[in-house]
Amino acid sequence: MDLPGRIMRLEPRLETPWVLWLAAPAAAIGTSLLIAALLVLWSGADPFGVFGLVIKGALGSQFAIFETLTRATPLIFTGLAAAVAFRARLWNIGGEAQFYGGAIMAALLGTGLLPLPAPVLIPVLLLAGALAGAALLLGPTLMKTRFGVDEVVTTLLLNFIILLFVSFLLEGPLKDPMGMGWPQSRKVIEAAQLPKIIAGKRLHLGFALALAMAALVWFINTRTIHGYEMRAVGFNARAARFAGMKVDWVMVKVALLSGGLAAMAGVSEVIGLKGNLTLDLSPGFGYAGIVVAMLAMLHPLGVVAAAIFVAAMFVGADAMSRQAGVPSYIAQVMVATALLTMVVGMLFTRFRLRWR
Amino acid sequence: MAALEIIFTASLWAAALRIASPLIFATLGELICERAGVLNLGIEGIMTVGAFTGWFTVYMGGDLWAGVAVAAASGAAFGLLHALLVVPLGLSQHVTGIGITLLATALTSYVYRVSLPEVTSPPKIEPFQPLAIPGLSELPFLGEALFNQTPLTYLAFISVALVAYILYRTPVGLAVRMVGENPAAVEAQGIDVTLLRIGAVMVGSAFMALGGAFLTMSAFNSFYFDMVNGRGWIAIALVVFGSWRPGKALLGAILFAAFDAYQLRLQQIVAGVPYQFFLMLPYILSILALVTMARRAGYPRALMIPYRKGER
Repeated sequence: MDLPGRIMRLEPRLETPWVLWLAAPAAAIGTSLLIAALLVLWSGADPFGVFGLVIKGALGSQFAIFETLTRATPLIFTGLAAAVAFRARLWNIGGEAQFYGGAIMAALLGTGLLPLPAPVLIPVLLLAGALAGAALLLGPTLMKTRFGVDEVVTTLLLNFIILLFVSFLLEGPLKDPMGMGWPQSRKVIEAAQLPKIIAGKRLHLGFALALAMAALVWFINTRTIHGYEMRAVGFNARAARFAGMKVDWVMVKVALLSGGLAAMAGVSEVIGLKGNLTLDLSPGFGYAGIVVAMLAMLHPLGVVAAAIFVAAMFVGADAMSRQAGVPSYIAQVMVATALLTMVVGMLFTRFRLRWR
Repeated sequence: MAALEIIFTASLWAAALRIASPLIFATLGELICERAGVLNLGIEGIMTVGAFTGWFTVYMGGDLWAGVAVAAASGAAFGLLHALLVVPLGLSQHVTGIGITLLATALTSYVYRVSLPEVTSPPKIEPFQPLAIPGLSELPFLGEALFNQTPLTYLAFISVALVAYILYRTPVGLAVRMVGENPAAVEAQGIDVTLLRIGAVMVGSAFMALGGAFLTMSAFNSFYFDMVNGRGWIAIALVVFGSWRPGKALLGAILFAAFDAYQLRLQQIVAGVPYQFFLMLPYILSILALVTMARRAGYPRALMIPYRKGER
């Protein structure tokens, strides 16, 4: 990579030209489109036709747009969860486990155990779910602060444990007696269901709640001492400690917020969309949340835009796959490529390349 | 009583070595990366790539060993991508590694679907067969447990010895260990830190891919999505458990696999406990291993710290 006699080095920028803040995501999307085009070409299809079908499938009709926003809803929650955690350098890769933590609580309490009216029951379910998700991230966080255990591995391993636990619940205590043997829970009662935003459409109030959470996280980040501390700990934990911050306690706060947010995605999918808990409730929403957060440069309002973008890819690719026959996995390839090119793009907002 | 007797059956230990083999390759691969100062969270995806490419080579008519070579090469290619992003560019090793895993897994699924559009059930290949070592395989107990394995299991053990020898007895190994502790000192010896780290990550990733290839070419005979099933993350825990030493990591992998083989047999004896709780045990065990060892762990001092020339 080094040309003879010349050495590449990265030099910190004193200030970032504002164009670069736009160029980074643009380059990320451009690169992933290019790579996807090559892959589509290799499969024997016409890239322009395929991309046309993806866009049409994601945004081409009122139905498509509502479908995209419905898919974006859990991604906003899990994206916020990752953004909050990563900002404080708490590497929460357990969004999947926390998602199911929330979904389990919704299925456990929402199927008739709590006979409450909707205005009480729905907030109770959201809160209970958020607490379960928070608890699931609290464990790995305490292991990190107490014993120095890397939270990446513990949160990842928890994803597998929780999924097995869901499998156990669906074949045991939460099994739907009318489910014809399918591993699924009973449907939640009517009072537990989130209302639709527009009657007759799949888009539910969970989307509005997700937007509200994005605004809340933005408020916490920019207007409260908590947000300041979380950022300080992420930027330089040693310096934060010298400045008198209780770093471990800040980490715990981050964990509760992050785990709670990811779990709300699970609650919202159960009581807003699917109605019950199944083993395939999440097609990787927890992992996709990481991509959403990075594409948004960890900004809570950017998370909304990034989640809609990623959801559009998935929804559009599903529609395209039915028509053109190109595997819908192309969307996952594009999303992963966008993540990698985005981190490179973000690097160049802080550094510039110098040859000497 | 029956639960205890299982421990003394040769078939348990034969199964343990079989279950341990992919973990040994993967743990060894991660260990090499981390010893050079680079955390490689691409491991889960790289194992998936190795599982697919090795199997696919054989499915397309290639020789089994050609499949092994292709798997290693494709693992090294993803290792190169990870290394380029985190070594010269110094990007976050956490985020990049997760990105590599997502990319590798998605690409594998895409290529599988494009290459085999018609199939409904995964096609099978003729996998590696057990190779009885002449003489040794006749030994009572040990013969069945140790010397009647597939060639890739033997290769896993040979690899541990080879890597241990290279790390501790050769100048290259010394340089790799040093670059994970004190890259500036390596630089002072006139060795290129960037190239050394890139090389180590590529070799490590090739080993990870072999772990994946073991699954499709030795343990089973076809490729399924999600078949790696967290083994990569378990390998990362085993590296910590083994204190970044090949011998200890090997011991950890075997103990772990013996436990896994044991719980599989225990499931059939112990009634009333849902099978999911048995399946959880390996993951719970990994977390416990991390918690107990983390305090004592002498992790490489420069792990996850990017090296930029002239900076302190």
